[in-house]
Amino acid sequence: MHREVISEEEIETLLNDLLEQFGYDFRDYSSASIKRRVNRLFSIDKFKTFGEFRFRIMHDEKYISRFIQEITVNVTEMFRDPSFYKLLRQQVLPVLATHPFIRIWHAGCSTGEEAYSMAILLKEANLLDKSLIYATDINPGVLEKVTKGIYPLSAMKQYSENYIQCGGQQDFSSYYTAKYDHAKFDDSLKRKMIISTHNLVSDSSFNEFQLVVCRNVLIYFNKKLQDKVLDLFDTSLERLGFLALGAKEQVKFSNIGKKYVQLEGNEKVWRKML
Amino acid sequence: MEENALTIKHEMIVIGGSAGSLSVIISILRYLRRVDYAIIIVLHRKSTADSILTDLLSSHSSLTVKEAEEKESIVPGTVYLAPPDYHLLIENDRTISLDASEKINFSRPSIDVTFESAAEIYGNRLAGVLLSGGNHDGTEGLKKIHGSGGLCIVQDPASADVAFMPEHALAQFQPQKVVHKDELPVVLSLL
Repeated sequence: MHREVISEEEIETLLNDLLEQFGYDFRDYSSASIKRRVNRLFSIDKFKTFGEFRFRIMHDEKYISRFIQEITVNVTEMFRDPSFYKLLRQQVLPVLATHPFIRIWHAGCSTGEEAYSMAILLKEANLLDKSLIYATDINPGVLEKVTKGIYPLSAMKQYSENYIQCGGQQDFSSYYTAKYDHAKFDDSLKRKMIISTHNLVSDSSFNEFQLVVCRNVLIYFNKKLQDKVLDLFDTSLERLGFLALGAKEQVKFSNIGKKYVQLEGNEKVWRKML
Repeated sequence: MEENALTIKHEMIVIGGSAGSLSVIISILRYLRRVDYAIIIVLHRKSTADSILTDLLSSHSSLTVKEAEEKESIVPGTVYLAPPDYHLLIENDRTISLDASEKINFSRPSIDVTFESAAEIYGNRLAGVLLSGGNHDGTEGLKKIHGSGGLCIVQDPASADVAFMPEHALAQFQPQKVVHKDELPVVLSLL
């Protein structure tokens, strides 16, 4: 009988350790996802036994940071799903423009590519000066990358294509400086960002926003946690504010579903009506 | 072990394919009538989100064919299609979780990811089917299904438009069945 590398009981032990020792509560993450990511890390870092793995996590300060980074999914790109950014440009930004001051929350921003994309959209709409983008994530290590604004140069070709597809008309390379194999994005884009740790499981609402963006984060949570986080977003949204999720995410089955109306088209963007 | 895998009543069939597998999948869906198992299809596809593939497969089948949705409960007799640009995982409670993490074998959805997830949940009540395709996605997953007591079916490479995927699997282990594409519909109907 085939044995998984790490058993479900061992993962449960690990999750309890993480909660007790570090205050990270992954118990309501999707168990299929956690199981897969834990096993993946175990394999990549070439551990031989679960005991060894557990010891390292509990006792190596540097390793816990890596562990959290690898357990959560940090796959992102600039102008991810260009059709979404096109809709933002055409339907959401004009509404935000009517406010004297714009507050946007990127929840689970990971390494920040989407936050920088938002900054570019706002700049092109002449809205950046009166905006603040709150970029938050569970993992402080990953937020360092947001602050630096440095991404692999090799990714710029794809990002440039995404940018053009969502209606961008500037020269995309004008937004960054290329050096060796890096692209450093312009400080003007970061100037209106507030970068901070925030844990969607345990932290509460901290402001009211006109737009909350959280894309491909909820899919890693179980249903119960998804509902709880959607409540958190609802509390954090002004009436008539916008909620933007990932392409396969939903509000209709949650408690808040009745209060939100999806915008025209196929994008997962809703407006809070009540 | 082999005998049990062939006679057991299956709860889930996962089919994985890439280039050249669409016509095989259509022939399978056209043939199957009321089935007691659920089917998940992982087809390598472009990342543009549209319903063309779902509509096409649905039009050929008397079974309900739909794109798999986040946290959806798996219903026996239904065919679920992995959405473009997401991996498809299965939870202990028989719901589907989508995952937007790294590509595996350059693929998302990856056949390996779903095969492995299904093997953990369904064990010997699972059958995995590997079809025509141009990369080696699916081999590791199929091995895991095998190791968990499930039934492994590989399309006969001689009958595949692109033989690489089934050939690669056959070079690594011996599945219970190697089936010509024309016989796959019947074989699956008997599970």
